[in-house]
Amino acid sequence: MRSQGRWATLVMAALVLGAAFPFFRAIAGSLTPEAQLFEGAPLWPSPAVLEHYRALFAERAFWLPIRNSLIVAGSTTLFCVTIGSLCAYALARLRFRGKTLLLGVILAVSMFPQIAIVSPLFLLLRSVRLINTYPGLVLPYLTFAMPLAVWLLVGYFRQLPAELEEAAMVDGASRLRAFREVIVPLALPGLAATAILTFVYSWNEFLFALSFTLGPERQTVPVAIALFRGQYQVPWGQVLAAAIVATAPVALLVLAFQRRIVQGLTAGAVKG
Amino acid sequence: MPSVEPRGAERREARLAYGMVAPAVATILLIALFPLTWTVWESLHLHDLRMPWLGQPFVGLENYVEVLRERRFWGAMAHTAWFAAASVSLELVLGCVLALAMNRTFRGRALVRASILIPWAIPTVVAALVWRFMFEGLEGWLTDDLGAWLPVILADTWKETPFVALLLLAGLQGIDPALYEAARIDGASPWRQFRYVTLPLLAPAILVALIFRTMNAFRVFDLIYVLTGGGPGTATEPIALYTFNSLMHNLRFGYGSALSVLVFLVTFALALGYIRLLGRGLTEGRP
Amino acid sequence: MASIRLENVWKTYPNGHVAARGVELSIADGEFMVLVGPSGCGKSTALRMMAGLETPTQGKVMIGERDVTEVPPQERDVAMVFQSYALYPHMTVRDNLAFGLRMRGAVPATISQRVDAAAKALGLERVLDRKPGQLSGGQRQRVALGRAIVREPMVFLFDEPLSNLDAKLRLETRAELARLHRRLAATMVYVTHDQEEALTLGSRVAVMSEGRVEQVGPPLEVYRRPATIFVATFVGSPAMNLLPAELVPAAPLPGSAKASGTTMGVRPHDLAVTSPGSGEVDALVDVVEPRGSELLLYLRLGASGDGPELRVITPPDLEVAPDQVVGLRFDRARLHFFDRESGRRVERPGTAP
Repeated sequence: MRSQGRWATLVMAALVLGAAFPFFRAIAGSLTPEAQLFEGAPLWPSPAVLEHYRALFAERAFWLPIRNSLIVAGSTTLFCVTIGSLCAYALARLRFRGKTLLLGVILAVSMFPQIAIVSPLFLLLRSVRLINTYPGLVLPYLTFAMPLAVWLLVGYFRQLPAELEEAAMVDGASRLRAFREVIVPLALPGLAATAILTFVYSWNEFLFALSFTLGPERQTVPVAIALFRGQYQVPWGQVLAAAIVATAPVALLVLAFQRRIVQGLTAGAVKG
Repeated sequence: MPSVEPRGAERREARLAYGMVAPAVATILLIALFPLTWTVWESLHLHDLRMPWLGQPFVGLENYVEVLRERRFWGAMAHTAWFAAASVSLELVLGCVLALAMNRTFRGRALVRASILIPWAIPTVVAALVWRFMFEGLEGWLTDDLGAWLPVILADTWKETPFVALLLLAGLQGIDPALYEAARIDGASPWRQFRYVTLPLLAPAILVALIFRTMNAFRVFDLIYVLTGGGPGTATEPIALYTFNSLMHNLRFGYGSALSVLVFLVTFALALGYIRLLGRGLTEGRP
Repeated sequence: MASIRLENVWKTYPNGHVAARGVELSIADGEFMVLVGPSGCGKSTALRMMAGLETPTQGKVMIGERDVTEVPPQERDVAMVFQSYALYPHMTVRDNLAFGLRMRGAVPATISQRVDAAAKALGLERVLDRKPGQLSGGQRQRVALGRAIVREPMVFLFDEPLSNLDAKLRLETRAELARLHRRLAATMVYVTHDQEEALTLGSRVAVMSEGRVEQVGPPLEVYRRPATIFVATFVGSPAMNLLPAELVPAAPLPGSAKASGTTMGVRPHDLAVTSPGSGEVDALVDVVEPRGSELLLYLRLGASGDGPELRVITPPDLEVAPDQVVGLRFDRARLHFFDRESGRRVERPGTAP
């Protein structure tokens, strides 16, 4: 048994190192002076410089895409969690015709290849002049974030004992009131997990952001980074610095809420 | 025997349900189903934004015929299938190994879990860039038709294995430890325990992981767009990227829509196949 | 306070399962009615229909003079104690108790007055500011009770509230409930699968099986004159012995009944052990179970022990051993006869029903 433990630790150490190595390279690269980057970056630069980070904000105004991403991801999360929790509660607890159909549709939409609706969405948004605007991104994001949120929340609501709502109703609360006073406070962990996952998903989204924005005023972080153009070639120093900056908030979120995230991911996905 | 008709109380409940479900349904209808219908409609017309004077005449299945005749289309499908198969298998194996290793309480487990979660949580774009950076200096990989796949598959595995590992870990934790003890008493070696206790009981979780990952692998876009741009040439171009290029670069909306529909149908067929495998549990049990 | 009536109530679920088949039940104002039966018999469904948590597919539910069949639970003025207590985990005990009154728009002064009174009556003053997760099982049970009492409803409904308690607590709480009923003089409907509990608590007992009410009556009547074979074997522990009447030729059959169509029932307490040959039948002893205050004997009918199994309760000092042949004497006043086909009780002519 002890040998098993040692083997496990070795495997894990190997995998964790493997996971960390690219980050290590990225951080090293972001601190490497421009000249050294051309000849194949060293493992760790000396001297390490913060030039790229400075340039990121001073010359490229990187705070713009950060602002855009925050607004878009934040709004998407807000809508998804509120609208999604109402829908999920009805699906989890109420009896009505068409329930299976609705669940099926939601499941189906979450499996759409995004590419399949990029062009009509583009034309649709163009016709209502929402290209390169915040709503023009949040609305399409809801297409995919909403099924995800409903999916996760249905699983979560089903876990709560049904007797609580029944007790509340016998006590005199209407179904909606029972939802507000009893279910929602108890579902906060699940709602939080859903919110975090939705936020991460929206923050990372690329295809729609690429297709529906036109310039730095509305581009989100992933698009901004992908489109970095240098004079002669890809400005790796700044790209990597931007990558680190883009990763930092997500990494912090993950570290802070990793248990919630894991619960949310696995509760929604693994059969009971 | 009385019939089961909705009485007043049940009708009330249904009405409340419809009210609660309405906003979500409206959103999905407007932003997902309506555009999809539009895509299907578009795919039956000629619509080239570079040549607006041609209008949008109905051309029936011409776009589809053209797609199926196009060698680049079949190349893209092959690339996608190969990519999905390779990365998903790798992710399953590695994820299983990682899950097994993590399935014991030890100090720092939370930290380990968090640190492997980070690759999953960062934008795919960032992952692609970091891996591209690492391979850029290395001679011959990104410029080689076959070699360019290595960073792509490695990057995807790096990013997605944590999700698979966590899924499998949750499945592992649901297995009653008493079963292992019984197996040990019966004389089973660790490998035998794995094969006869772990694997069968882990099967549902593996299946779910398989479905999620395959669906997503088939839709791969961000990773390859940023890592290789589909190159060299079109050597690593997956179907989503080919569709994107046809639509947004070549502005051939009719043709691109036909491509989109085909991609959608393939994804849908895969999904149906998997759902049947998982059984009714997916829609009636916990999702 | 109010009476309750279920009139020809049916409940069929969409998957085809029939939980209630034409249930007729009449509960008087202030009565303590116990619904008892094995799991799946429909007792919980009947209770939930009284609460409004389920709607009958057919039939009427009346509370007092009001037809409440379609009325949702929040408008019915009933209180319910759930098997798992269903306390609101995120609220303090005080808020749990106050919830119902708050929902119905009571004045804060009334709320705190009633909550304090209930807490005092149940010994919960010291835990008012704790959350349910910090309480013991017994305390949680009392909070569930308190939540119902505080509302001063027309009807109290109990869904197996004692099944999560250990044996000792169960007995104590049972006594508490009986006291509560006497004090409040409220209409109470209580569901349990434990027939002993049913007999001790109820002023009347309704024995249910497979969605039907088999018998309703005072506990003693249900025990002494079971209306069907089901009731006869369900009520009373150890269960009543059932024998084909023809195996006991000396049995005094009721009037027109034929031995071949009748099953005879006799409770283990109503049989006495004597020397072989001096009773109505002989039997072979199989197992002897000392129970402290009595002996439980498992016997097989017939001197060679090839007949059906019987159970007999005897005084504890009886000298008897396995494989011994003994005689059995029946208490002729305590015999029951049932029609073998319908399972219904057959009365002797001249005996009062």
